[in-house]
Amino acid sequence: MKFEEFPKPSWLVMNIRAVFGRAYPRIIGVNRELSWVFFETVLPLLGVAGYVYVYKALEAPAQYIGYVIIGGAMTAYWMNVLWSMAAQMYWEKEMGNLELYLIAPISRMSVLGGMALGGMFSSSVRALSTIFVGMVVFGISLSLPDPLMFTGIFIFTMIALYGMGMMFASLYMLWGREAWHMSSLFTEPIYLVSGFYFPVKGFVSMLGNPGFWIAAGASIIPITLGLDGMRQCLYPGNRDGFLPLWLELAILVALSVLFLFLAKYSLAYMENLGKREGRLTMRWQ
Amino acid sequence: MAVNTAFRNHNPSARKRNIDTFKCSAWLGWQMESNWTDPFLFAVYSIVKPIAGSLILVVMYAIISAIGGNNDPQMFYYMFVSNCFFMYVGQVLFGVAQIVHDDREHFQTMKYIYISPSNYLSYMIGRSVSKLIVTTFAVVITMAFGIFMLGIPLSLFSINWPLFLVVMAIGIFCIMAFGLALAGVSFLTAKHQGGMNEGIAGVFYLFCGVVFPVSTLPAWGVAFAKVLPITYWLELIRRSLDLGAGLDQALVGTSTMVCLLILVVSTIVFTVIALIIFKAGDTVARQKGLIDMTTAY
Repeated sequence: MKFEEFPKPSWLVMNIRAVFGRAYPRIIGVNRELSWVFFETVLPLLGVAGYVYVYKALEAPAQYIGYVIIGGAMTAYWMNVLWSMAAQMYWEKEMGNLELYLIAPISRMSVLGGMALGGMFSSSVRALSTIFVGMVVFGISLSLPDPLMFTGIFIFTMIALYGMGMMFASLYMLWGREAWHMSSLFTEPIYLVSGFYFPVKGFVSMLGNPGFWIAAGASIIPITLGLDGMRQCLYPGNRDGFLPLWLELAILVALSVLFLFLAKYSLAYMENLGKREGRLTMRWQ
Repeated sequence: MAVNTAFRNHNPSARKRNIDTFKCSAWLGWQMESNWTDPFLFAVYSIVKPIAGSLILVVMYAIISAIGGNNDPQMFYYMFVSNCFFMYVGQVLFGVAQIVHDDREHFQTMKYIYISPSNYLSYMIGRSVSKLIVTTFAVVITMAFGIFMLGIPLSLFSINWPLFLVVMAIGIFCIMAFGLALAGVSFLTAKHQGGMNEGIAGVFYLFCGVVFPVSTLPAWGVAFAKVLPITYWLELIRRSLDLGAGLDQALVGTSTMVCLLILVVSTIVFTVIALIIFKAGDTVARQKGLIDMTTAY
């Protein structure tokens, strides 16, 4: 059979294949190195447990231990977005894969979508194991009277978060070593402003009006409102929520659309810029 | 011909080669740490990250104090000081381990270092010096932030300087030894350093009384904490600064001299173990052909 006679897949089929093709090494391939299960799921639990004991030492109310566990679980997704979405394009450039993606007849969004899908798998394993340990070892009790709202909050947090990761990926595509340092810089400061280990409303209690604006500013990072919404869903009746749940969901939907839109355009812009400046194949800067 | 002879005659001793390797790799490490951006952005980066890490604890403490929890200021000093000095563990220990993955997978220079007359161990120690400098800067900035912005009662005259300097020297030596052990493991692992480093940090963070007294842990946790040198290192730092000392019921009965002795002995033991792990990792990696492995998931 000649090459021309092979059926040419449609644009949609090619992109779906690209999504699964890029997700494959992260779901199947990574299991060839089973050490990741230990490194990515068991060991990070210890850091979360550290924060649990801080609250125990401070004689905090029981729900704060639950807040830490939920925050600890969500760090898996934030770390994944930072290191395996945003910084991944930089890494692909360094490894020489980026040019292969660019010459393939597929959308860059499909490649990033595949990365996101694969990354969500390992992050979810880590997040679920954190919640499991929280329930078994620290005896946290979670209730879910409104599963629909919880699911909506979680799904739109993920879409907005990974959309943000895709947008960052376009920047990181052109960066050199600053990509690594920027990801590192976005760790502790984001843990702080997004309230990974305390309710973000704590800023309002501490600082009043300026605290409100800190929390509102941090809400541009989808995980801030996602975490707050999930805490409100899992601890109904608590008064630590920053905004009403329906409003948080609406903002997350808006952020999802915004970040996916920005990701598409910033990817195209950065790719063109990279081509003009000849930076897409630069390595070891 | 003359050049060739001179080259052949240039055969420095192993000690000189190691010192030269140390110097060059320390310089290289500093360049890699700092020249990715302009000095201003580098300074901002070096300040924001550690202060944000400390502020997480400040906010946690403030929230719980406001709702009627434990608001003992000594507890706050304990958390702040230990967390601040724990940066050495986070940066130096994991910086050392990360060098392996950086050289092997990112810059792909490990094989070239191996075939040069340099000793990889000397090279690693040299590279970690830059991490030490950057971390010291971050610790000083964070402590200054604590003193001037959060009212931590520390003055230069209240510090037990001899104890502080001795404890710092031993502690940093110990942390670097741990880093070498992690580097030995990193020779054999795929690009998992993020999770591994985070996890090992978690072990120390959880069991060494960094942000809460060791006595808060269950009995088995207290027993484990008491064999880790970092536990004694942090306790001795708190004692030398007279901040949050005496709060930990698990260590309150142990005198400073005994703590120091345990720190020295455990550092020696862990250094020997770390060197064995490093050597074993290096040998197995060469046997299995992992020196130039790349793992891009």
